Amino acid sequence: MAIEEPIEEKEVEKRIVQESAEKYKVRIENVNGWYGSKRAIKDVNLNVKEKTVTAFIGPSGCGKTTLLRCLNRMHEMTPGAHADGRVVVDGIDIYDKSIDPVVIRRRIGMVFQKPNPFPTMSIFDNVAAGLRLNGLKNKTIVREIVEESLRNAALWDEVKNEIDKPGMSLSGGQQQRLCIARALAMQPEVLLMDEPTSSLDPIGSSKIEELLRTLKDSVTIIIVTHNMQQAARVSDFTAFMYLGDLIEYGLTNQIFMKPEKELTERYISGKFG
Amino acid sequence: MTVDSNSNSIGRKYSDILQKTVNSKYKKRIFLNRLVTIFTIVCVIAAIVPLGSILLEVIKNGATAISLEFITQPQGSIGSGNGGVGPAIQGTIIVVGLASLIAAPVGVLAGIYLSEYSKHSTFADLVRFFNDVLTGLPSIVIGIVGYIVIVLSIGSFSVLAGAISLSIIMIPIVVRVTEETLKVVPYSFREAGHSLGISKARITLFIVLPGAKNGILTGIVIAISRIAGETAPLIMTILGTSLFFTGITGPVDALPLRIWRLASQPYESAHAFGWGSALILILMILAMSVGLRYLAQKRAFK
Repeated sequence: MAIEEPIEEKEVEKRIVQESAEKYKVRIENVNGWYGSKRAIKDVNLNVKEKTVTAFIGPSGCGKTTLLRCLNRMHEMTPGAHADGRVVVDGIDIYDKSIDPVVIRRRIGMVFQKPNPFPTMSIFDNVAAGLRLNGLKNKTIVREIVEESLRNAALWDEVKNEIDKPGMSLSGGQQQRLCIARALAMQPEVLLMDEPTSSLDPIGSSKIEELLRTLKDSVTIIIVTHNMQQAARVSDFTAFMYLGDLIEYGLTNQIFMKPEKELTERYISGKFG
Repeated sequence: MTVDSNSNSIGRKYSDILQKTVNSKYKKRIFLNRLVTIFTIVCVIAAIVPLGSILLEVIKNGATAISLEFITQPQGSIGSGNGGVGPAIQGTIIVVGLASLIAAPVGVLAGIYLSEYSKHSTFADLVRFFNDVLTGLPSIVIGIVGYIVIVLSIGSFSVLAGAISLSIIMIPIVVRVTEETLKVVPYSFREAGHSLGISKARITLFIVLPGAKNGILTGIVIAISRIAGETAPLIMTILGTSLFFTGITGPVDALPLRIWRLASQPYESAHAFGWGSALILILMILAMSVGLRYLAQKRAFK
């Protein structure tokens, strides 16, 4: 009896840990992002649920892009920048010393503000780049993944007949979907999007928004956006940031309809920012 | 209502002023435009004329000397006008080819280090500084170094000494061009590579380098053209001979060297051979340049 008790307690603890690990795909714990000695994000704590869309909103310079880039260790690629704190993805702290950032980035994809297909590669090669350069040689499998990724990015029908043309020959919106396909080809569990529609026209933007709604069935998506309507349309959760602080985080409906903080309310209603 | 008409009249006033200014400056602008256009054309001609006249002169004097015998046979007895410059052509191909095989990989890899890996360390700054110094070094000095270090230690003038000396001239050019070209490749492509979890080495090799390929290739072509015409370091390293290639540690001939020797002979036939050799050298450089670019183009897209 006296021996069993601690074991039972441990079991319970384990279950709780497992449960919370299932519940939250990404846990951000006390993360600070630095540019030299300037602290661009301050002690951010935030948990992201699996297979949801989470939007980071806030005025320019509030640190939302920096926070996003901390989530796949791209932030530290900027000269002079570093981050501290813990970002736990599936129970693994990606800032642990034993973790190779390259391995992390294979599981956490990223789409950038400006479409950046590789300029010397064809449409097909762009999507295949991550696979091939990570050593996948089997041509049949590469071809299958490329097609599936392009389908998932809602681009397949538009490019299937010109798959060997340069990726740069596509329109801006198509290029961005190509970049999404390229990220999806790596089968990421988390997809980070840094204002993916800011350089696109309304039609291109709405196609990508539509895409997000279907993608969240399989991927956890975190999106930075300047466009509050977009955040309201596509996201399940919204985080509002201001001057490096996370001001408020919660269900998108709640943030937009009944924000708790006055600052959030003022930003959402367009009184500043 | 009044505000509206006011703003309208202000708008018209400005547009009138603007229109007048444009009209008054119009003739002057057209004139200036023509003047600058003519000036640029004159500059283009000034740059082309010497080049064209040299080329014409070489073709005029050299074309008659060229024959199958000229490009395949060794030289006949001095002053006879028989034979050709076969050994010099062969020697140039071997020495320049070997020098390029040494210098291109070393130069490109060093350039990659400076651009992608060094991160402004003191070491990298030092390398950059000495690389620039090396670019400006007189080629005869490099020839003397080749003579002292290689020729004296092997005990013979040799292909190897010539190729290494020429590669020392070529490396700093390739390093500089590679570094500068890689820097122009937008950072966003490297970023995209990182976001796919591709290792840095592979990003550099398969994403950044292809983007800089044309620039680097141009640099290599310029560097090869430069060393193909070098004479001074060859005097000190390969010596020149009227025989064909005998081995990598033996002496060999080269076209610039042959031209220099032929020009210093008193015979009319030797001078004709010299012009012929010059034309051959120009044609070889042209063929190399076009050929390399064609090969690179062919491999670019499927």
